[in-house]
Amino acid sequence: MTKITRRSILRGALGGAAVGVGIPLLDCFLDNNGTAIAATGQRIPVRFGTWIWGCGFIPEKWVPTTVGREYLMPEDLAPLEPYRDKLAIFSGFDVKLDGVPNKPHVTGCLGLRTGVPVPNESVKAPTFDVLIGQKIGGDSRFRSIEVSTSGVERSYSYHAAGSPNPSETSPLTLYRRLFGEGFQDPNAAIFTPDTRTMAQKSVLSAVSEDRQKLMRTVGASDRQRLDEYFTSLRQIEQQLALRLEPPAPVQDFTKPAPPPEVPLNSEMGAVMETHRLMAGLLAKALQCNQTRVFNVLLSDTASNLRREGETTTHHTLTHEEPVDKQLGYQREVSWFATKSMIAWKDFLDALDAIPEGDGTLLDNCLVFAHSDCSIAKSHAVEGIPAMVAGNAGGKVRTGYHLAGKGDPITRLGLTVQQAMGVQVEKWGALSMETRRTVTELIA
Amino acid sequence: MTRFLALPSRTRLAEALSSRRRQVAAALLGLGALALIALSLGSGEPDPVGGPTVLRRLTETQYRATIADVFAPDIPVNARFEKPVRYEGLVAIGTGTSGMSPFAMEQYDTAAQGIAAAVLSAKRRKDFLPCLPANAKAFHEECAREFLSDVGLMLFRRPLSATEVSRYVGLARRTQEQLGNFYTGLELSLYTMLVSPEFLFRIEQAKPGADDGTGELDAYSKAARLSYFLTNSTPDRELLRAAGEGELDSRWGLSRQVDRLMASDRFEGAVEAFFADMLQFDRFDELSKDPAIYPAFNSDVIADAQEQTLRTIVNHLVTEDADYRDLFTTRETFLTRPLGVIYRTPVPTRGDWEHVVFANDANRAGIQSHVSFLALHSHPGRSSPTLRGYAVRQVFLCQHVPDPPANVDFSAVEENAHQKNSTARDRLVMHSTEPSCAGCHKVMDPLGLTMEQYDGVGTFRTRENGAFIDTSGSLDGTDFNTTAGLAQALRNHPETPRCVAERMFKAAVGRDITWGERAYLDWLDEQFADDGYRVPELMRRIALSRNFFAVSGGDDARGKPQVVTGRTSEPGDKS
Repeated sequence: MTKITRRSILRGALGGAAVGVGIPLLDCFLDNNGTAIAATGQRIPVRFGTWIWGCGFIPEKWVPTTVGREYLMPEDLAPLEPYRDKLAIFSGFDVKLDGVPNKPHVTGCLGLRTGVPVPNESVKAPTFDVLIGQKIGGDSRFRSIEVSTSGVERSYSYHAAGSPNPSETSPLTLYRRLFGEGFQDPNAAIFTPDTRTMAQKSVLSAVSEDRQKLMRTVGASDRQRLDEYFTSLRQIEQQLALRLEPPAPVQDFTKPAPPPEVPLNSEMGAVMETHRLMAGLLAKALQCNQTRVFNVLLSDTASNLRREGETTTHHTLTHEEPVDKQLGYQREVSWFATKSMIAWKDFLDALDAIPEGDGTLLDNCLVFAHSDCSIAKSHAVEGIPAMVAGNAGGKVRTGYHLAGKGDPITRLGLTVQQAMGVQVEKWGALSMETRRTVTELIA
Repeated sequence: MTRFLALPSRTRLAEALSSRRRQVAAALLGLGALALIALSLGSGEPDPVGGPTVLRRLTETQYRATIADVFAPDIPVNARFEKPVRYEGLVAIGTGTSGMSPFAMEQYDTAAQGIAAAVLSAKRRKDFLPCLPANAKAFHEECAREFLSDVGLMLFRRPLSATEVSRYVGLARRTQEQLGNFYTGLELSLYTMLVSPEFLFRIEQAKPGADDGTGELDAYSKAARLSYFLTNSTPDRELLRAAGEGELDSRWGLSRQVDRLMASDRFEGAVEAFFADMLQFDRFDELSKDPAIYPAFNSDVIADAQEQTLRTIVNHLVTEDADYRDLFTTRETFLTRPLGVIYRTPVPTRGDWEHVVFANDANRAGIQSHVSFLALHSHPGRSSPTLRGYAVRQVFLCQHVPDPPANVDFSAVEENAHQKNSTARDRLVMHSTEPSCAGCHKVMDPLGLTMEQYDGVGTFRTRENGAFIDTSGSLDGTDFNTTAGLAQALRNHPETPRCVAERMFKAAVGRDITWGERAYLDWLDEQFADDGYRVPELMRRIALSRNFFAVSGGDDARGKPQVVTGRTSEPGDKS
């Protein structure tokens, strides 16, 4: 392959002065030697994301009766049939409480994401998406992007106790953050480095000059918080640095149009529409490397989803609706569980719609989907449903159902971290501590 | 049917009352040194104990107020502040534990750029700069030094060191050289201050030599703690001057500043901010109601409902200087037209607030009967005796109700839930008969069941699903079946004033109390009673007490989660 990279041409052309440069999309950069090379001559990055839905599932409608590749998709998974090969289904993996009080809808969700169950929101370790972000998220414009589609601003992505990454709840504000001020169209014909941005980047570096002095004046826990401040500040510096370089062109990318303003609404139909809009924007942002890590919250873990005109929310129904004697489960609750899987398919559709290399964006992602509990009625954290979608650019294997048989669910968290390149041999605490990689998942 | 009487306009009433307050204040000042000597000698305040110094993030309202005070109210703050972290019931305590996510930093960065650009804009710079060199192509060292050291003093709440001044002047110079404009140089230097940790956090420092045993905050940390407590904003020049000249170390100097801050317009804002925090009004940002069930509950109602309660509180506590406990019985309030729809009562004035008193038969008494409380603690499509009972316990009585056990058997609840003509009482009957539920629900539900006479947005009703609502309830041994009865019971509950006093101190110092501060809290509680439960007086006592500025060594004595494995519980929980 030729040694001339696009960037070296640009460096030569730029010299020092601010000049506008027309960038020809040269054919020699189009991939002629392998699928992992994009038009830019750079490898296509792998991305990691999580996708959470609240209040668990109806086991008889979700858990396949057999394991392995030739399993039959039960009713609630049926919409996902088109993604059979790109999807791994995990049932029967547990959060082990070790006597920690189970705060309904919280302990299970944060326990599986941090490896350490806690009786409240005060996590004792970062969530695994943050650990993965530290490995793969540093070069992009945003370290991670969090979205929530039912109007609640919370997320289950934590840097530390007291430091959640807040979720975007409006498609329009998400759009503005991703594609508004500061966005550089990767396929723009002209790139003009901005001298003011250079000056801004230069003054910003002064903020860190007193870092050590400042750290010495505060106690240990505050040092941790200041450290987080400086980490977040680095993202700003990174954003400025990226604006001083011509962005790498992205094949088949066009900047999306702004979405309509949608009112805050937890009605299921409105939530699914908001979710489709946000999934589309997120997919576009991943395509042009604005971020490599994301967390999507379809519905909060104590789900506030509702049906038009009904007085009872999804979460309340899980506790109040009688089990239908004929069906053997709660009919109304099941409606929300079914819809949640249709939304999950919508999400995969958004990722799979974007061509990348010789496949799609989804093929270069690892999306870990999970709920907060298995059977919401009893807040059970045993057998929390989980799925992996996408092949992370060939790093993971999918296309099967695997039964966990009561293994700690941290095995999944450990394995996805390893697949994403995090150097970790064991993960989790007490009964949740594990060194056992899910080998079926690693390609 | 009119359910309230209109009162004279708020301003006239406020004028009359505040002139009375001024007279009282003058009389107090007249007593002068004598009273102060008496105060310092005979206060009976337990010896200062103190806790760790705190690194606190500015809240959204504090950030906005600070920018308005340092520069001007029309300087824009274009940022989306994330949902604040609440800890031990208060965002004010959460500011001492919350971190800084990349999202938050992005927002502060955007805000800082906008503020710096507006301050140094051709139109506004004359209002903020000590000098206006006509030749923007040259660098004006003196002008830059003067501006940056002054704005640094105001933003960092302390004078800048010589090294810091040189650094910011250097940044301005370098930028001027790069971009060729003196004002742009100042702009980017100011931007740097606005994103630095010493502006975004209040980093408290103890006086040297206080590492072991009890010491106290240094002068500028005192000024910041005092100012954010009493004005919810940054120290002004006078306070910084007093700090610089050591006046805050003397009882006389301190009380002069406390009086001054409490007499300022901003004091009301501080009271309002504290109660908005205690009442958890930030949660309204996520509140969604089913428009098919509650069509009148729109964004106007959501905004006005919060303001109604805050106006009522400020009017009662500050303007009228009345007994805190009467907040739970008062029928005096403020209404707008959109609120009138929910309260089912006509409000004649269009587009403005009416100062009113609910009629005796209007079934409203106390702020717990306001729409803001009743709607916030309900489900999207219906009311909830449990959520309301829980909120009264947690918000007004500072009591901790444990989470429900995870393994509850809900089958009995289910059987009752979907019968026709049922009320919440029918649905919740299992809460009191099932032993695993009864322990907690018997402290929440009886209270909430009286509040069942309001639907999920707070409109009064007598029936649910066609059936008459039985409103009998109780609170710790007092039975009632009316709004007024509940109001009286809550007013007379011994934990009601104690709770607000404790929260006020925690909010002031930005942390949970330490074990050794219990005695001080008991003392504060007694003083509050002696002062007739006047909240401004409570705040004055806190600000003047030696415990307020006290610092004890040992960072990790702080009430915040420690990194350990295994079972823990939140410090300070009560059951």
